[in-house]
Amino acid sequence: MLEISNLYKTFNAGTINEVMSLQDVNLSIEDGSFVCVLGTNGSGKSTLLNAVAGTFISDSGTILLNGKNITRWPEHKRACQIGRVFQNPFSGTAPAMSIAENLSLAAKRGKKRGLGWGLPVSVVRDLKSRVKVLNMGLEDRLDTPIGKLSGGQRQALTLLMASWLKPDLLLLDEHTAALDPKTASKVIELTERIVTDGKLTTLMVTHSMQQAVNLGDRVIMMHQGKIKYDFKGDEKRRLKVTDLLALFDELRRKDQIDNGVAELLISNYV
Amino acid sequence: MTLLIGSITIGLILALLALGIFISFRIFDFPDITAEGSFTFGAAITASQIVAGMSPVLATLLAFVGGLLAGSATGLIHTRFKINPLLSGILVMTALYSVNLHVMGKSNVPLLSQSTLFTWFEQFSVSVSGKDTVVNLIGWSVPAKDLWTLLFCFLIILAFSLLLLWFFRTNIGTAMRATGDNDQMIRALGVNTKMMIIFGVALSNGMIALAGSLLAQFQGFADVQMGIGMMVWGLASVIIGEALISDNSLGLVIAGAVIGAVLFRLLVAIALRWGMNPNDLKLITAGFVFLALVLPGFMKQTKKIKLFR
Repeated sequence: MLEISNLYKTFNAGTINEVMSLQDVNLSIEDGSFVCVLGTNGSGKSTLLNAVAGTFISDSGTILLNGKNITRWPEHKRACQIGRVFQNPFSGTAPAMSIAENLSLAAKRGKKRGLGWGLPVSVVRDLKSRVKVLNMGLEDRLDTPIGKLSGGQRQALTLLMASWLKPDLLLLDEHTAALDPKTASKVIELTERIVTDGKLTTLMVTHSMQQAVNLGDRVIMMHQGKIKYDFKGDEKRRLKVTDLLALFDELRRKDQIDNGVAELLISNYV
Repeated sequence: MTLLIGSITIGLILALLALGIFISFRIFDFPDITAEGSFTFGAAITASQIVAGMSPVLATLLAFVGGLLAGSATGLIHTRFKINPLLSGILVMTALYSVNLHVMGKSNVPLLSQSTLFTWFEQFSVSVSGKDTVVNLIGWSVPAKDLWTLLFCFLIILAFSLLLLWFFRTNIGTAMRATGDNDQMIRALGVNTKMMIIFGVALSNGMIALAGSLLAQFQGFADVQMGIGMMVWGLASVIIGEALISDNSLGLVIAGAVIGAVLFRLLVAIALRWGMNPNDLKLITAGFVFLALVLPGFMKQTKKIKLFR
């Protein structure tokens, strides 16, 4: 259970580049729920994810994960409970290290790392069977440095790594945005399988309305640092891409009205 | 031939320096110039403590601890206060210059009559093969004690290489390598990368201080200037090793750094023997590292140009 209340974050506060990325965000996600986050560029959806992951510390508000207040925890401490996949396929894996080493690092996510052997035989056997599930033929190439793999393969492995130990929360930050359509759909398929099989609580940022409609049981739409729409249950099931497009249009027109009205007021009264 | 054996021995001692530089530069991608200070720091600690009557083994260990502390200072300055790695190293290196003078009490401490690790090695060789024994080595006559010293240095380096190889394959060592490779990823897997950097830079400088300590004992003095240029020296060794071994498996890379250190020392000895002015040594070393850094990229470019024609 993730509970976010009154979360605020402003970047470059007090300068001309001030961006109010999160403004009074309130959100609670039940265990096992798969939430898609939509929004225009700069709407704060990635910021929301990073705030939960601990990339930065929020200005105010609280984040509770399974009852624990993680608002001020550093990133690596939160990682004990949170699995992450990044937008950039190169971000989630260590390129110079082998597939097996990368996975063995993930197998110890958030656990104490001592002087035990990094790649014991028992772990390697486990790796093989779990990599086989990806159906990419990688199980025979466990010693290959990950840097030699394609973006799609790396992203699939990152997904596997993030969910290796069942996380309390899985954060997916537009993890298919940098992939070609075919690979992207493969990774999405894998995402769905991993999330459903593990009953993982998931927060997925996406640009694709199709993905938002097809996946998960809840859709959130953000705009200018706020959550504007929230669909769950039957409402979410009935949601179509055209509905979402209409909502985006509406948000855009509202923005224009804001500016237009200001101009009107200025020309009439100032 | 004696000169050759002496050069290889010094090369092996400096292999510890190369391994230290390898940890900071290659594993952590941390250009750590603390090396110049901690090398002298190790020498200063050992020399002054031996003169004060401490056992050579303890004095050598103390040098290692001193290096660990110097490295942690650099790591802390970088991670805690977000100062750029190079500048953090420069700060600690500069500070160490004064510390070294204080530790030694003067700018040069000779170890003429004191017993050091190397006088122990000599005593051991005398007790085994007798005094002034000369061994015939492929036509050259070589004093047996020099060969024994060489063997001891080799064993020390072998032990350290194996220890490093083992360490970087443990869970914590793997996490350290990942920190240098992709820190964002390993943070997302729950590793405190700041601690890893502090620990890694400390380890690196511990080994470099150890190299300084051994060199001071081998050559019989510690000098406040002896660390100058040592970072580039270590880097040159690592680069030669990488050129020899174009493979990125950890064991071979470590072996490469050791071989590189010995080879580089030999090259320098030969060049000096041919009449190179010792004053030019650092200039030539710097030039060599510059070329080694630039050439691979340059060669790729010319290849590309050829391809397009």
